[in-house]
Amino acid sequence: MSSISRDEVAHLARLARLDLEPDELEHLAGQLDQIIGAVAQVSEVAADHIPPTSHALPVTNVFREDVLRPGLTADAALAGAPEAEDGRFRVPQILGEEQ
Amino acid sequence: MSTAIALPTFEDVIARFDPVMGMEVHVELGTVTKMFCGCSTAFGAEPNTQVCPTCLGFPGSLPVVNQMAVESAIRIGLALNCTIAEHCRFARKNYFYPDMPKNYQISQYDEPIAFDGWTEVTVDTADGAQVFRIGIERAHMEEDTGKSLHVGGATGRIHGASHSLLDYNRAGIPLIEIVTKPIEVDPALAPAVARAYVTELRELIRALGVSEARMELGQMRCDANVSLKPRGATVLGTRTETKNVNSLRSVERAVTYEIRRQATVLDAGEKIVQETRHWHEDTGETTPGRVKEEAEDYRYFPEPDLVPVAPSRDWVERLRGTLPEPPAARRARLQSEWGFTDLEMRDVVNAGALGLVAETIAAGADAAGAKKWWLGEIARTANERGVGVEESGITPAQVARVEELINDGALNDKLARQVVEGVLAGEGSPDEVVAARGLAVVSDESALASAVDDAIAAMPDVAEKIRGGNMGAVGALIGSVMKATRGQADAKRVRELIVQRLTA
Ligand SMILES: [Zn+2]
Repeated sequence: MSSISRDEVAHLARLARLDLEPDELEHLAGQLDQIIGAVAQVSEVAADHIPPTSHALPVTNVFREDVLRPGLTADAALAGAPEAEDGRFRVPQILGEEQ
Repeated sequence: MSTAIALPTFEDVIARFDPVMGMEVHVELGTVTKMFCGCSTAFGAEPNTQVCPTCLGFPGSLPVVNQMAVESAIRIGLALNCTIAEHCRFARKNYFYPDMPKNYQISQYDEPIAFDGWTEVTVDTADGAQVFRIGIERAHMEEDTGKSLHVGGATGRIHGASHSLLDYNRAGIPLIEIVTKPIEVDPALAPAVARAYVTELRELIRALGVSEARMELGQMRCDANVSLKPRGATVLGTRTETKNVNSLRSVERAVTYEIRRQATVLDAGEKIVQETRHWHEDTGETTPGRVKEEAEDYRYFPEPDLVPVAPSRDWVERLRGTLPEPPAARRARLQSEWGFTDLEMRDVVNAGALGLVAETIAAGADAAGAKKWWLGEIARTANERGVGVEESGITPAQVARVEELINDGALNDKLARQVVEGVLAGEGSPDEVVAARGLAVVSDESALASAVDDAIAAMPDVAEKIRGGNMGAVGALIGSVMKATRGQADAKRVRELIVQRLTA
C-alpha cells in the first residue's frame, strides 16, 4: 500500500503553489512514496530508547551579541530583484487573502 | 460590510450565551538588532536599508540568535509566572506570501520558551474592583514579517491591487507572541476583561523595558479569539480570530462586536465559520478574511539552521533577579505614597496615565497637582484628538514645570491652564508659552495696589459691607480686580490687599 495518496500530493502541491497536471501528480506520488519508504527504514532500527533527533550536533545556545552589523544598501538589496519600485521589491498581484 | 440585519444588543446576547475568549498578543522587542541577524530595528528608515542576506533569505545565509532577544523572552515569561523551558527549538512555519522572503517564518511551535503562567487584571464593576486571573498558555519567540504596500486597488487593500511593493526593514525583528488560555468570565465583563488584560500586558512589557509596546506603531498587536456557547452547554463553540485590533479601546469594541455578530449567526440557525476576521476601527465591524488554514498546513518542522536554546537554571534565576516590581504591587505602593483613594488611583490607571503621573511627581510636582493636569486638561485634549494621553504633546517634566510656576506665584490656576493649553497646541515649553503669550501674574505690587484701590472706589457699597465684617463680599472685589488685570493677578495676594485696606 502506498504511504502517500494522490490527493495528499495534490494538497501539498497547492500549499507549495505548484500547478501540477494529473499525470505529474501520479508520477510524483510514486516517487514520494519511494522516498518515504526509504526514510521509514530508520523507524525499524530506532528503538524506544532512541529519542527523535532534529539536530545532528549536541550543541545548544549559540548566540550573538545584540550589536549592529553593516548590512546591504537598498541598491545592493534590490540588485537581484526581477522588479523594483520606490526602493521596494515589486511583486506581481498577490492572490488570496492578506496574511 | 454592512449587515442588513440589526445585531441583538450585547445585554440580550450575554443573557443567553457564554463567550469564551483567547488573546494572542505580539510584542516587537526593542532590541538594537534583529532576531537572527545584525540589522537595525530602528523605526522609520528608508525602505530596504536595514536588510542583509539573512533577513532577505538569500541562499547560503545562516541565522544566528540574538541573545538579548532570548533574555527578553525569558524575562517576559518569568514576569507572566511561566515555566521556562529547559530545552526548546525553533521551527519553520512554511507559507507562501511575499512578506517573508524565505517562504517560511522562523518561529517556535511545539516547544515555546515559556509556558503555563498567569497574570492578574483588575476590572471596575458595579460592586467595586474585581480581580481576574488570566492563564497564560505560552510565550514564544519568532520574527516579524516585512511590510507590503498594495498598489492599484482601493485604499491600499489587497483586493483589486495590480501589484505589491515590499519593504523588508521589519522582516526579522524579534517578536514575542503571548497566548492566553481560554478566558471565561462573567459574560457581562468579558470585553472589559479582554481590554484590562492587554492594558496590563502593555504595562508589564514597558516595566520590563523590553519594548515601548506602542500599539499605534505596531509594536504591540492584538488578535482576539472569540467563541460563544449557549448558556449551560459544555462544548466550546467554533471560534473566530479577529486581527488588527490595535488599540486598547478596539480590544473592547472588537470583542463586543464579535460576540453580538456570532449570536446573530447562531440565532439564525447557521454555523460559525472558523476564520480570520479583520477589525475595522472606522466602522466598528469585523469582516471575514481567509478561512483558517489548519495548523498542519504550515508544515512546521524543527529549524535545521539553529541549534536548540537550553537556558541554564542559573541564567534563568539571574534574569529573575532583574524583574521589576510587578505592576499590581507597584500600583499599591504608589497609591500609598501619593495618598490617593482607590477611586482616584483607578481613574489614573484607566486613563493610562500612571507612568506619566509618576514621572511628573518624580520631576518635582505634588501628587494632587500631577493628577489634576493629566486627568483634566491633558486627558480632555488627547480625547478630542483621539490619541492617548502619552501622545498629547506635553511631557511630565513640562507639567512639573507648570506646577513649579504656580508654587512660585508666577502663575495662578487660570493662567496655568492657558500655559498647558499652549504647550498642548505646540507653542513650545511652558516658559516659552508664558513669554509668548505674556501670561505672568502681575507681581508689580504698586500696580496691583492701585487696581485694588480702583475696585474699592468703584464699589463703595461692597467695600462698606466688608468694613462691616461681611467677608463673603470680598469675592466681588477680587473678581473686579482680576477682571481689570485680565486674570493675571495672584488672587491670594489681591485678597490680602483688600482685607488690609478695609479691616485695618
Ligand atoms: Zn538582516
